[in-house]
Formats: sequence, structure tokens, C-alpha cells
Amino acid sequence: MDPLRTLWETFFDGESMREALPEMLTVGLPNTLILAVTAALLGSALGIVLAVAGISRTRWLRWPARVYTDIFRGLPAAATILLIGVGLAPLGMQVWGPNPYPLGILALSLIASAYLGEIFRSGIQSVEATQLEAARALGFSWREAMRRVIIPQGIRRILPAWVNQLIALIKDSSLVYFLGLLASQRELFRIGQDYAANTGNQSALLLAGLFYLALTVPLTHVVNWIDRRLRHGRPAAGLTDDPDDLDLALPGAAGGNQR
Amino acid sequence: MNTSVSLSLRDVHLAFGRHQVLRGVDLDVASGGTACVIGPSGSGKSTLLRTVNRLLEPDRGDVLLDGRSVLRDDPDALRQRIGMVFQQFNLFPHMSVLRNLTLPLRRIRKLDEDEAVAQARAELDRVGLAAKADARPAHLSGGQQQRVAIARALAMQPQVMLFDEATSALDPELVKGVLALMAELSTQGMTMVVVTHEMGFARQVADTVAFMDAGVVLEAGDPAAVFESPQHPRLRRFLSQVL
Repeated sequence: MDPLRTLWETFFDGESMREALPEMLTVGLPNTLILAVTAALLGSALGIVLAVAGISRTRWLRWPARVYTDIFRGLPAAATILLIGVGLAPLGMQVWGPNPYPLGILALSLIASAYLGEIFRSGIQSVEATQLEAARALGFSWREAMRRVIIPQGIRRILPAWVNQLIALIKDSSLVYFLGLLASQRELFRIGQDYAANTGNQSALLLAGLFYLALTVPLTHVVNWIDRRLRHGRPAAGLTDDPDDLDLALPGAAGGNQR
Repeated sequence: MNTSVSLSLRDVHLAFGRHQVLRGVDLDVASGGTACVIGPSGSGKSTLLRTVNRLLEPDRGDVLLDGRSVLRDDPDALRQRIGMVFQQFNLFPHMSVLRNLTLPLRRIRKLDEDEAVAQARAELDRVGLAAKADARPAHLSGGQQQRVAIARALAMQPQVMLFDEATSALDPELVKGVLALMAELSTQGMTMVVVTHEMGFARQVADTVAFMDAGVVLEAGDPAAVFESPQHPRLRRFLSQVL
């Protein structure tokens, strides 16, 4: 057979793709999304804690946060997933039975939290110190000032980096296949790989790749869009939710009128 | 408005590391009075202001409101009694003008949403910016932002107001509106400490003018005395340069 044609059929065999498609849609895609989104949420919650500990004045908070971050950023994701997924399996067995799925989510979350902690910390530290001073001068406690004034501003600035981390998580979620998932727990990569292994044809794996791209490429554009919006600010329209107050405005204005 | 209180600083010292910024400052402001603090950059004026609401804790000396030391009070409770306005306005940029006022009203004064909104709108109306309630601070001019910052501080119903070079960051044509508002507040009997480079304002509005240099008040008195017959040579030199 024509070698080019062979090559084409190895990757773009429509029959193999059609065969894998239903399972990708109903099993693989939901599982990939569950793994990535749950890990993003857990990782963010833990990341905030790490960020606040990382800028704490107390050495006993700062130091563990530093070590944690170094370890989980420094290890290969595959090693962490195996260490957590296999190492904690006996413990998981007692809590929820022989199910590697929660440990996969845990490992992904721990990895993500190390990166997200650094991202949040840089965001928080990018907020001008005068904002904290102003909040404290009004009577906010340090904790309330962080929560209401500093962190919300910091988070906004790192939204693009956060979405980037979500993209990384979508890709890294493929690594939980190490842990030996049940058929119903398989994510996109594993399903593609299983079909490819059974048929010797790579088209199902390529289809899985297309699914990943369909998730990640739009997200990169979301990042760019957020970035642009943060840079230029949102349009002034839409900020007014109460048109009535225009009536209250002008009469009785004290002080010099500007503009 | 809450009843104003008198404010006294007694022998206030403060060092940043080995750098002595305040070296024994005394200042008295009568209840309802306005003190303007003038002096060259780096003389410790802004630092002094921050010891009043304990954003900075003095190393030595005392801060008294109505004759009672506040250094052992809960700092957050103390700061509710003392409003502060900054050179750079320091509005919270991620929320609307209205929310800049209602957030502290709700979280600190524990008003419910309706009360907070009503009070916030009243304060914005007082500074002539009720129409801007739903705008973001970034969409306001510097002068408008500073008036919002004043409204935000006033909404907390403070007994003392501190102004840290409130007009220094403003374009010249916007200074007037803010100074007019501050003068009006002074007339209404708010106890105020105003760090300023606006000598005209100090002369017209202040009850006391204090001249600071190198961490001490070198000369203080009523504006006429300080501006017309300055005693200290350092003050004379300063005035000859700024007037």
C-alpha cells in the first residue's frame, strides 16, 4: 500500500474515530472536566492559604508554605501523581474504598496549589500598600482588609495566570491514567489510548488530542480577552444599575462643581 | 455629625530603624478646631499624622482625644473615630463609588444595606457627587476622587479628620473644589489636622499653624502670628521660599 496513505489512515481513520467518539463524549470529556475543574477549585482554595501564609509576618507560616511550594513545583507531575495515588491508596481504601479517582484529584490539586499559591502571592503583593493603609485607616482589621480590599484586587490581576493554570490542569489530568481507573472513570487520553492499543491505529488518540485542543485553545483566547479587558478597563456602560439616582444628583450639590 | 473632640500630641517620638523621624512633637487642637501642619518634605508631617490614628505606633509620648490617652485602645475601634484622607485618594478601584462608602458602613459600622446606601448617598450628595455613585473611581477626575474619599471618611461619622496633603496630587484647577470642601468642614466644627503645602488655605482656615522641621514642631501659633511675624529663622527661610 501507498506509504502516505498508510500514514494518513494511522492518524485520520474516520472509522476508528467514529468508534471512539461516543465514549469520549459521554465518559472521557466529563471525567477530564471533573478532574481539571475540581482540582482547580481545591487547588485555588489551598493556593490562597499558601499565598497568605507566604506573605505572613510569622516565620512559622511563611517557611512551611515556602517548602511546600518548592516541593510540589519541583517534582514532575507524574511522580507526584504516582506518589500520592499509590502511596496514599491504603489510606484511601479505608476512607472511600478501592477508588483511585479521589487521590488523582488530590494529587492534581496539590500540584496546582503550589503554582496557584505563587500566582496569588504575586497578585496580592502587586496591590499598592496604600490600599491596605486606606482600609486600615477606615477601621478594617488586617484580616478584613485583606479579604475585602486586597485579595479581590490581587485576584483580578492574576485571572489570566489562573486560566493558564486551568489549561495546564486539563493537560495534566491525563496523567491520572497511571492510577488504574475504572472503565467509567477514564478520561479523554486514557480512552484514546485504549482504542489505539486495541486497534493499533492512532486515530482515536488523535481524536483525544483534538478534544484537548477544543478545550485549551478557546481558554487561551479567554486569557487574552481577560487580559485586554483588565488593561483597558470595562466599558463605562452597564455600571449604572439604578437610573433613578441621576435625579438625586445635581440639586443641593455642596462644594465646587467640577466638569 | 458626631460631637468633635480635642486632640493632643505629647512628646511623640518615632524612629524607623535608626532614623529618628519624630523627635518629641507636641500639638494641640481644640475641639472643633483646625490645625495645619506645614514644613519641608521629609520633616515628619505625614508620619506625625499616622501616629494620631496609630497606623504608626509612637515609640514614646502620648496621643490624647479629649484628654484621654488612646494608645491602649483597640486600634480598629480608634480608627473608626478618626477619618483620614490621603494624597493619592486611595479609593478602592475594584468597586463602585457607592460601594466604596457602603462597604465600611456595612462591615465596620454594621449598618444594614438600606441604611448604608442611604447614608452613603447622603454623604455623596454633600460633596456634590451623588451622580457618580455607580461609577468606578477610575472614571472620576482626581478632584472628584478626593471628594469621594472625603465622603467615605465622613460617612463613618468621625470625631477627628486627618488630611495628608489632600490636594498635592491634584491638577491645579481641581484643587479649589477640594479645599472648599475642607474649609466647609472646618466651619462646621470638625476637629481637623491638615498637612498641607497650601499656605493660603492654612492662613484662612486654620486656628493653629504648626511648622515642622526635622521631626519637631519648631513654631506653632495662630496663622497671623506664624505667617506675619515668624520667630524661628528656619520658619522665615521656609516661608520666604514658599510664599
